Amino acid sequence: MKKYIIAIIVACSFASCQKDSEFLTREPTDILTYEQVWSDEKLVLAAVADLYDRLPDYQQLTNWWEFTNFDEAFASNFGDYWRHKNQEWGYGDWGYWDYGFIRDINLFLQAAEETDQMEGDATEVALKERFIAEVRFIRAYTYFEFVKRMGGVPLILEPMQYDYSGDPTYLQHARAKEHEIYDFVIAELEAIKGRLPDEVATKSRATKGAVLATQARAALYAASIAKYGATTPQVSLPGGEVGIPSDMASGYYQTALAAAEEVINSGVYSLYMQRPQNLEENFSYIFLDKNANNEVIFVKDYKLQSGKVHGFTVSNQPRSLSEEAQGGRINPSLNLVQSFERLDNTYAPLAILDANGEQVRYDAPTDLFAGRDARLGGTVMVPGSTFKGGNLDIWAGYQLANGNIITSDVPGGRGRLPGVQNDVQVVGYDGPIDGFEWIAQTGFYLRKYVDPTPGAGQIGTNSEVWWIRYRYSEVLLNAAEAAFELGDAQKAVGYMNQVRRRAGFQTDLNATDITFDRIVHERKVEFAFEGHQLWDMKRWRLAHLVWNGTNHPLTTNIGNADEPSTRPFGLWPYQIYDPNGSDDGKWVFRQILPREVTNPDRFRLGNYYSFISDDIRNRNPKIVRNPNQ
Amino acid sequence: MNKLLEKIHKKSWGYIAGILWCSTLLSSCGKDNYEAPTAQLKGRIVYQGEAIPVSYNDVVFELFEPGWQLQNPITVTVDQDGSYAAMLFNASYKAFFQPNQGPFIAPADSLAIEVNGNTEFDIEVLPYFMLRNPSFTANDRNVQATFQVEKIINDERARNIEHITLYVGKTLFTDGRTAVASSRMDGGTVDISQTINLNVDVPFLTPTQNYIFARVGLKIVGVEDMVFTPVQRLEL
Repeated sequence: MKKYIIAIIVACSFASCQKDSEFLTREPTDILTYEQVWSDEKLVLAAVADLYDRLPDYQQLTNWWEFTNFDEAFASNFGDYWRHKNQEWGYGDWGYWDYGFIRDINLFLQAAEETDQMEGDATEVALKERFIAEVRFIRAYTYFEFVKRMGGVPLILEPMQYDYSGDPTYLQHARAKEHEIYDFVIAELEAIKGRLPDEVATKSRATKGAVLATQARAALYAASIAKYGATTPQVSLPGGEVGIPSDMASGYYQTALAAAEEVINSGVYSLYMQRPQNLEENFSYIFLDKNANNEVIFVKDYKLQSGKVHGFTVSNQPRSLSEEAQGGRINPSLNLVQSFERLDNTYAPLAILDANGEQVRYDAPTDLFAGRDARLGGTVMVPGSTFKGGNLDIWAGYQLANGNIITSDVPGGRGRLPGVQNDVQVVGYDGPIDGFEWIAQTGFYLRKYVDPTPGAGQIGTNSEVWWIRYRYSEVLLNAAEAAFELGDAQKAVGYMNQVRRRAGFQTDLNATDITFDRIVHERKVEFAFEGHQLWDMKRWRLAHLVWNGTNHPLTTNIGNADEPSTRPFGLWPYQIYDPNGSDDGKWVFRQILPREVTNPDRFRLGNYYSFISDDIRNRNPKIVRNPNQ
Repeated sequence: MNKLLEKIHKKSWGYIAGILWCSTLLSSCGKDNYEAPTAQLKGRIVYQGEAIPVSYNDVVFELFEPGWQLQNPITVTVDQDGSYAAMLFNASYKAFFQPNQGPFIAPADSLAIEVNGNTEFDIEVLPYFMLRNPSFTANDRNVQATFQVEKIINDERARNIEHITLYVGKTLFTDGRTAVASSRMDGGTVDISQTINLNVDVPFLTPTQNYIFARVGLKIVGVEDMVFTPVQRLEL
C-alpha cells in the first residue's frame, strides 16, 4: 500500500512541476487572439456571425409562447395557460440589459481599428470595411432594441477597462435621453449605409436595404413616441430618459419617410407574388419561400442538418396532420380573425347570428370566412381549410335540431347520435375541446411559419423556416404611416394600396379613407405574429387602452384603434344533425371564451418601459428607474 | 512523513465515518438560521385621519433601511382598505412613494419610521378626490350606490374626473379587473355638488351565490390608480 502512495506522490510532483515559465507562455489551444482572428477573413466572418446570432428578439420562432402573451393568440399548452390567468404583466417583462453583448461588439470594433491586417489590397480593405460596417449595424440594431424596451440607456461605444484603482465610479455611466439613443441609431445607420452591398440575395447579413429599413423603423418609433407620448404625460422622466419632446415628431417622421423611400425607389425589393393564382397561399409563402424571395430584407436564418434548426412547426402543426404526437400550440384568437376586412374594404364581425339572433347556417365551414382579406387564410388555418393537402378536422360536435350538443372529450372521440345504432365520431381530431392541450381550442391554428416540408414537424428533423426581421411590406407601411403623419395622405394611400392589392383587395382606398385607425389596423393584420404588436402598441401609447384590464366582451367596432381587447376569444363550428330537416349537415358557429382564460390582460403605465433591476441600479446609482413602477 | 501517512491511512475510515456522522447531526439543526423578523409595522394611508381605499396590489411604497451598502427596497403593498403591514427587524426605516403611486399626492420626501417592536404608523397623503358617505342597497338583482364626491385638491395641481364606476364582484376583491358587472358615468357628466346615484343589474352567477360585493371607484384624468369606496357586501 505504502508503495502505491509514494508512487502517486511522486507522479503528482512531476505533473505540477513542469517548467512553470513554459506553461505560462504556452499558446492557448481554445482561444484565438484578435490578431489571429484578423489574419483570416473566414475567422473574422465567424466572429461576426457569432454577433449576428446574438441579436435579441422578444418574440421569435424559437419561443412560440411569447406570441400568446397578448390578444393575438391563445396558448394551447398546459404549461402556458397561466398567460391567460395572470392579471397583469410584470414590470420587468420584455426587458433587455445585455451590456456583455455591447462589450463584445465594442471589443470587435476596437480590434478592427487596431489591427493592421486585412489592409493589403483594395479587395481586402473593402472586405474589412464591410465587416466593420456590419458590426456597427449590429450595435445600432441592439441599441434600438434597448431603447424600445428600456428607454434611454447608457450609450457605451468602446470597451471599458477597469484600472484596479479601487474606485470604479468612472465606469458608471448615466442613462442617455431616449431621443439620444434614437439619434445615435439613426446617425450610425446613416453613416454605414453606403459601405454595405445593396443586393437582394443577401438576407442574413447586413445590406443597405436592411440598414435603411432599420433606420425607417427606428425613426418612425421615435416620431410616434414624440407625438403620441403627449397623451400619456406620466410616462416620462424629468431627465428625458423616457419620453421624447413632441416638437421632434415631424423631424423623425421625415427621416422615416426618406429612409423608407430610399428603399422603395431603389427598386431592389418588391412584394412577394410568386403564387398569384392563390393569394392566401402566396401570403403564407412569403415566410416559407427562400428562393428568389425579393420581399425579404433581413432575417435570422436556419438550415436543416446544420444544427441550426427550430421546432416551431413541431409545436404548432395541426394536431390531426401532425408528424409527432403533439402540435397545435398557438391558437389565433377570434379577436384577430375577425379583424381581417371583407374584400369591399369594410369591417364586419363574422356572421354567426342573423339580425334576429338566429344561428346562420353554412354549407361548409369555410363559407363563414369567404370574401375576406387573403391574409386571413395566409396567417390562420380556419375550420375546413387544408394543410399539406390534408383536410383539417376542426369541429366541436353535432348540434341537434333542439339545440342540444353531442360531443366528446377526446379529439376524434365517438358518441351516440339519436336514432343511430353505432357510435360515430362526434368531435374533430383537431378539437376544439376546452382545456385539451395541443389542439385548436379557439377553433383556429396558426399558418404563418408552419412549415409544410415533410419532416419539418418531426423532432429529429425540425424546420429551417427563417425568422424575418424586416420585409419590404413593412417598409411600404412605414412610409405610408410617416407620410400620413406628415399630412400627405395621397402618398400614404399609394403605399398602403400596394400592400392591400397583394392581399386581394380589388378596390383601392382613397386618400380620404386613411386615418390613424386605418394605419393601426393595417399593421395588425399584415404583421400578426411578426413581433410588431407590442412595440406598435407601446409607441402609439395604445397599450394601456387596448389591454385595459377589464373583462371586455369581443368588440364589434373592429376598426377602432383603441378598442379594448383583453381576452382571446374562440369560435367553434358545429355540424347540424337533423336527418329529417333541410339543414342537416350544415354548419353553425358559437363564440366561446376558452375556459383557461380566467383573467383579462392589463397593461399598466409602468409596463411601457421595462423595470431596471435593483441590482443594476445598486451597482450604478446613476441609473434612474423607469416611471410608474 | 511516511509514518504520518500510514497513520492517516489506517485511521482514515474511522475519521471519515465520524465526520459524516457528525455532519448529519449538524445539518439538521437550526442553529445557523437567521431569526425571522418579528416586529410588525402597520398603519394606513390616510387623509385627515381617514383611510383611503384603493384597488388591491396596485398601490405600493418602499421601505429602505439607510446605512447599508446596497439599496434594495422592501416593497409594501397597500391593501384595499388603505391599510398596510410589514414584518421587519427593529431599525430606522425610510418610507418612500415612487412618483405617480396612488390616487393621491404622496409626500415628496421619504418619511422616517422608527420600528421598535410592533409599531403603528399612518402615512398622511393628499388625495385628489374622496368618495363620501357611500351607501349601497340591493333591490332584487339591482344594486344601487349613493355617494358624494369631494374634490380635495383645488389649486393648480387639481385634476378632473375621468369616470366614476360602480363595480359589482363575486369576491371581496372587487374592481375593474374582477367585476362581473359595472356601471360607468363619464367625468364630463358628473356634478360633484350633488349626491350621485349609480345602479347596475347583477347577472346570474355560476356557481350560484346569494350575495355580492359592491364598491364605487373614481378614475382621475392622468392618474393610473383609482380611489374607491370601501367594499360593501350585499345579500341578494
